[in-house]
Amino acid sequence: MDAILFLTFAAIAVACAINLVLQTHPISSALSLVGVMTSLAVLYLLLGGSFIAAVQVIVYAGAIMVLFIFVIMLLNTQGERTQPKKNVLPIAIALPLLFSLIGVLAAIVATQVPAGEIVKFGTFSGGDPLTFGRAMFTRYLLPFEVTSVLILIAIVGAVVLAKKEI
Amino acid sequence: MNFYIISLVKAGITAGVLLTFCAYLVWIERKVLAHIQLRPGPYRVGPHGLLQPLSDLIKLMTKEGVIPANVHTFFYLFAPFLAVALALISIVVIPFGPEFSILGVTTGLGLTDLNIGILLVLAVSSLGVYAIALGGWASNSKYSLMGGLRSAAQMISYELPMALAIVSPLLLLNTLNFREMVVGQEGFALGFIPRWTIFAAPVPQVFSFIIFMIAVFAETNRVPFDLPEAETELVAGFHTEYSSLMFAAFFTAEYANIITVCCVATALFLGGWQPLWPAAYGSNFVPPLIIGLAGLMLLYHGSQALKSRRWDRFSFPAIGVIFLGLAGLFFVPVLQPVLIPFFWFASKLLVLIFVFIWVRGTLPRFRYDQLMKFAWTFLFPAALINLLITGLVVALTSQ
Amino acid sequence: MPPIPTVVPMSWYLILSAILFTLGAAGFLLRRNIITVFMCIELMLNAVNLTFVAFSHQLKQVDGHIFTFFVMVVAAAEAAVGLAIILTVFKNRQTLEIDEISSMKL
Repeated sequence: MDAILFLTFAAIAVACAINLVLQTHPISSALSLVGVMTSLAVLYLLLGGSFIAAVQVIVYAGAIMVLFIFVIMLLNTQGERTQPKKNVLPIAIALPLLFSLIGVLAAIVATQVPAGEIVKFGTFSGGDPLTFGRAMFTRYLLPFEVTSVLILIAIVGAVVLAKKEI
Repeated sequence: MNFYIISLVKAGITAGVLLTFCAYLVWIERKVLAHIQLRPGPYRVGPHGLLQPLSDLIKLMTKEGVIPANVHTFFYLFAPFLAVALALISIVVIPFGPEFSILGVTTGLGLTDLNIGILLVLAVSSLGVYAIALGGWASNSKYSLMGGLRSAAQMISYELPMALAIVSPLLLLNTLNFREMVVGQEGFALGFIPRWTIFAAPVPQVFSFIIFMIAVFAETNRVPFDLPEAETELVAGFHTEYSSLMFAAFFTAEYANIITVCCVATALFLGGWQPLWPAAYGSNFVPPLIIGLAGLMLLYHGSQALKSRRWDRFSFPAIGVIFLGLAGLFFVPVLQPVLIPFFWFASKLLVLIFVFIWVRGTLPRFRYDQLMKFAWTFLFPAALINLLITGLVVALTSQ
Repeated sequence: MPPIPTVVPMSWYLILSAILFTLGAAGFLLRRNIITVFMCIELMLNAVNLTFVAFSHQLKQVDGHIFTFFVMVVAAAEAAVGLAIILTVFKNRQTLEIDEISSMKL
């Protein structure tokens, strides 16, 4: 059951990620990214992170990506124009490099991670809201407060950029 | 294996009841609105228009599903599907009654018992904006696009006060699981005041409840926040270009969302299936009394029906007898632990849904800038202050 | 075809993460639309989050989840500022093609 669930949602994630890169229209790309994020949320659930899975959907898919879609709809842009002089050379170099990067990463993972390490649903329940909150507000209190300052800066920055005539 | 069979049966029953209730919610809404405006409402199809939802469904199914030219076909077809799917998901975490044993099987009324129940509801509701925004954008029409843009901005803005209003009762209840929440609201202070979070010591959550209800009106695009489909300015907003079953899907999604958020409010603030006053003072006799009285009233009206409505002379007494039979069911000892809690849950749910319709019948629509200003300059700070006070009092009194 | 194992090896999660990260990097380098480029960055962040959560499961500690949470917060802040910048750029130049936004001054 674990393997079936993992393979299903991994396949959805990879398919959506490929779609994200290949689609020319930003809205299609944005929705593919939402697909990646929700399938990753399911994988987080399989890994025992129920809280982080919910936050993934609420914050990433429900807030950040809605902002993206909102901006795309606001600008109402069309798809990318196909360049008249399509340069084949960069793609010809990039694709082999891409596959070799995946190969190298997979080789490193395969050699470095012990083969006995398995993921079984239910063996780790430390990702529930209780444990998460305990750790967040004791050991990680200072980083938590620092991020609140970061968010404040971001809000001020966004308001200034949106308001002022630059 | 047993678990799968029970779950499938429960899922089937829940889906059936929910969809039927969605259809009849339209009838209830039209009837209540009509009576607010001093007119009879649907009256022709069946007794008092009771078969109107069925005829609406047949009408929508047999209409031609037009796909306009120049729409983004994939997203145009995907949006209504997404809307209805997301609207039906959240109901899985709502408990309608306590756990009970029947035929040697112990199960709870309600589909699942997730530890992150309320987070799931928040997550699904935050995804709901995609359906409306996409439907509006893919239609390739300026009214639809305006409706979609408005809904995206409105739903992001009102999600913050809604989430903050949910957090303060959670501080009192100490759980994210809906069943544990309702169980935590069991009992009576001083012997007669129910320990629902809206009344609970040390901080009654009245303000949270009001903020939650206001935010929820905006989340479900209802009057006075129905800017995404404001018919006087945007024709029909995001679903202007939709027809036939695709329109029906958006419609069903809207009503399913209303039912879900009212269920959440019932479980979170109004004590779920807990009765209004203790069983020692006879609260168990309320359900058969109300349903029995309704049955007697139907019998009386059937005998007094006008000559011009001969059909009522037969149908009213028939429904009245069914109601009296239902009232009798509440005295069967085996069914009592299931039916009485379910009655209390359903009655609170119906009261909240009535509030939704009542507001629609009485309030005018906001202007768009007023809507945004209200969310950010009043509702959000109010929710924040409410949360701070609740947190402070809980922290001071919990030692 | 080899039989599908009933439990998932740890390395599968890491390889999935590697694939997603590579796709994000590829999109970042190949795409011309500034919003799509931005989304590819988000994809890379998501891929890294997956490794954090996977290692958290392996070490039986919650710390990885907290790192993921902070990454999300930073991503949210980044999206707010980044999209505001994109809006301003579009207002001034009426284009989202990164090749045409090459000069720092008008």
